[in-house]
Amino acid sequence: MARLKLAGVTKTFSGFDAVRDVSLEVADGEFLAVLGPSGCGKTTLLRLVAGFEQPSAGEIAIGGTVVAGAGVSVPPEKRRVGIVFQNYALWPHMSVAQNVGYALKVAKVPREEARRRVAEALALVDLDGFADRYPASLSGGQRQRVALARCLVAAPSLVLFDEPLANLDVHLRAAMEAEFSAFHRRTGTTMIYITHDQAEAMALADRIAVMDGGRLVQVADPRTLYREPATAMVASFIAQGMVLPARVTGAEEGGHCRVEALGQEALVRCRPGERAREAGLICCRAADIGLAAAGEPGIDATVRRAVYKGGETRVEVALPADPSLALRFEAADGASFAPGAPVRVRIRSGWLIPAG
Amino acid sequence: MRQGRGQEVALAAAVAVAIAVFSLLPMLRLVRETVAPAGALSPAVIEAGLASRATWVATLNSLVVGIGGTVLAVSLGTLVALVVTLTDMRARAPFILCFVMPLMIAPQVTALSWLQLFGPASPFLKLIGLAPPLGSRNPLHSPGGIVLLLGIQYAPLVFLLVRAGLRRLPRELVEAARAAGAGRFTVLATVVLPLMTPSIMAAAALAFVSCVGNFGIPAFLGIPANYPVLPTLIYQRLAGGGPAVLGEAAFLSVLIGMIAMAGIVAQERMSRRRDYRSFASSLASKPYALGRWRPAVEAAMWALIVAILVLPLTGLVLSSLVPGYGIPLSAATATLDNYRFVLVEHAASRRAFANSLGLSLTAAAFAVLAALPIAYLVAWGRQRWVRMVNLSIELPYALPGVVLAIAALLLFLRPLPLTGLHIYNTVWIILYAYLARFLVLAVRPAVSGFHQIDRALEEAAQVAGAGLFSRLRSVVFPLVAPAAMAGGLLIFMTAFGELTVSALLWSSGAETIGVVMFSFEQGGDSKYAAAISAVTVAVTFALMLATNLAARRLPSGVLPWRD
Repeated sequence: MARLKLAGVTKTFSGFDAVRDVSLEVADGEFLAVLGPSGCGKTTLLRLVAGFEQPSAGEIAIGGTVVAGAGVSVPPEKRRVGIVFQNYALWPHMSVAQNVGYALKVAKVPREEARRRVAEALALVDLDGFADRYPASLSGGQRQRVALARCLVAAPSLVLFDEPLANLDVHLRAAMEAEFSAFHRRTGTTMIYITHDQAEAMALADRIAVMDGGRLVQVADPRTLYREPATAMVASFIAQGMVLPARVTGAEEGGHCRVEALGQEALVRCRPGERAREAGLICCRAADIGLAAAGEPGIDATVRRAVYKGGETRVEVALPADPSLALRFEAADGASFAPGAPVRVRIRSGWLIPAG
Repeated sequence: MRQGRGQEVALAAAVAVAIAVFSLLPMLRLVRETVAPAGALSPAVIEAGLASRATWVATLNSLVVGIGGTVLAVSLGTLVALVVTLTDMRARAPFILCFVMPLMIAPQVTALSWLQLFGPASPFLKLIGLAPPLGSRNPLHSPGGIVLLLGIQYAPLVFLLVRAGLRRLPRELVEAARAAGAGRFTVLATVVLPLMTPSIMAAAALAFVSCVGNFGIPAFLGIPANYPVLPTLIYQRLAGGGPAVLGEAAFLSVLIGMIAMAGIVAQERMSRRRDYRSFASSLASKPYALGRWRPAVEAAMWALIVAILVLPLTGLVLSSLVPGYGIPLSAATATLDNYRFVLVEHAASRRAFANSLGLSLTAAAFAVLAALPIAYLVAWGRQRWVRMVNLSIELPYALPGVVLAIAALLLFLRPLPLTGLHIYNTVWIILYAYLARFLVLAVRPAVSGFHQIDRALEEAAQVAGAGLFSRLRSVVFPLVAPAAMAGGLLIFMTAFGELTVSALLWSSGAETIGVVMFSFEQGGDSKYAAAISAVTVAVTFALMLATNLAARRLPSGVLPWRD
């Protein structure tokens, strides 16, 4: 168990910054997810932490020891990190027990103790009885569990997951998510979990670091990330928030401020100290939008699509004022929405995205 | 459904016919000559062969230099492949180009170069004042010399196969081992090399077959040392005895064919026990940063190039510039007369260049086209008989060229039945022999290409409604074509300087470069042989560079010496 600290880490590949000036601290025993679209630099970040890449600038410290930085470069085999790869990376020429016991063999752990620890690790991932099988004869979920057991057996100070569930089917994903979670609780190991799936990140992580274009955009717990996105990118990436242009008409008061969006006045949540400004952006979730009651201020729109979800209907409406924008909301049973029908909606709440 | 089945039968039939004509027919003719010399079964030829002491001496010698050359080629080729592929050494591309060169140079040219380098008449040793006295023994005229040159000749073959395997090695497998705490050499010993055993074993089998079948090197190095191996024994018997000893030659051919086959079968046995087809795929890795050792490693690698390529070729070129045997080379004595003679004045030599070019181009093009369907059946075929196909195509190449030449002679001595066509004493009999002999060079890479492809790709096309021919054309062949074309290029390079087959099949007007060079050397005109060899090497090298320039338009993986 160890904390991880990145300070101003940059990685440049032939003129292109894959990771740019990333500073991040992960506490002892924390489960941190690194979330971002493909190509955002999250895998490079993981490879930097593991030691497969050297940072072009900045410093990385694991458990208080600098492992990469000016003049320092600890090779991967000396960093005591465990990795679970997306494609499992099991050695096809070794049995399950040999795969799991590899780190112990390399560390010259006595044979009896190694056997015991391998058996324990396999029991931990429910694979007793699979010791003599070869990876080729395992299912995807079993391979993933072998990979997990393999990275646990050496009791690493830090476990890195590189999109470990990307190749599994939906049912297996849910089961493995629960397993990762339980495993984290049981061992208390510091974990870094790379993923592009925000649902996965939210389900597992204590905190989520969102990356975009090589930069760290926001690091926060899942709830804050959802409710108070720091940028338009985070707002739309997390749970597909709607980002709408707005004019801030009043200064912050008690955590809220007054805005005018799409011609409607609304009261939205905001950071302390926000002031009136012309060009602002607000983030609305589907729950922030609803049908306008008679006499209420609202926005004229037309129904584009309505999908019945059982108990409620998800409605998507187009705005005649700006065809590039669309609003989504959930309507309770009872009303029916025919495509093309006029409808009047209202922004009930939202979040004022801080000025960049 | 019935239509699909019809196409499968047609494909299998076409492949069967091609294999019958180019592999089975000559081999069967050879076997018939051995067991039934005069048209009736008789053990006479076999008894005579087994009773001859020369047979056993040559067999033992063949095994010694075959195994020795294989061990050297595998060690050198694997080591170089590991350094080039896994480390961050610089100038990789030119290094690979240079290291693969010996493979593209005809064995007799290699032999001549080294002989010129170390011989008492060596212009190079004379230049640096280290030449032994005239008349002293050339150290290369020995089994050790043969093993050394065979190892150098075929190390690139091993290098190419092992490197291809290493480049398919998923990066994560190495990284997972390092994250587990294994240092570089532990990873090498426990992960990289075990995963490479199929590649290394395949390379060893190939090198063994090549070493045992090589004629040029033992002919130049072994005959003067009175150290016969099977191919040179066959050649000497035929040269001395003419058609009367065709039967004995046929017996010796069958014998060496069995030795080569034993090597292939052993490899198939061993590699069938393990299936390492990786289910993970990812980028090639270069995990071994050399750090402060980099300059030293790079220097050692280029010193190797100097030793195995630059020095011998320098010896060759210097020899081609001397006016006569034993005359020291200096600015005053150096002359280009030898080149003018072989390129301009000597008509047969001029003709030979055109013949060799045409022959090797035609053989390469045909082999690539034939290799794709053959490899498809070999790799993915469900029929039981296709397992035999691989062996029957290997055979004409496993056998020394002399053997195939004898088979072709036996086949075409008389006009072809029904048609009355007579290709004996024309350039066509050489083309036939080239096709039969080199086909496997295109089939092998194509088969390994198929093994790398997930069969599901074809099955997806099948499910989409594509018939056999249509899915072969649109899905399967485009994926494997680069591998087959790489084989075609190897065929061209090999056939261009080929000697052993054409030495027995040539006729006036149908000479090849190898034949003209060999007859110059036999006639004592080493300087002309050196000049013609130097031109061949230059042409080969120019071709490699030219294809390199066009490489951007080729799919990657076509040129073995290029990344």
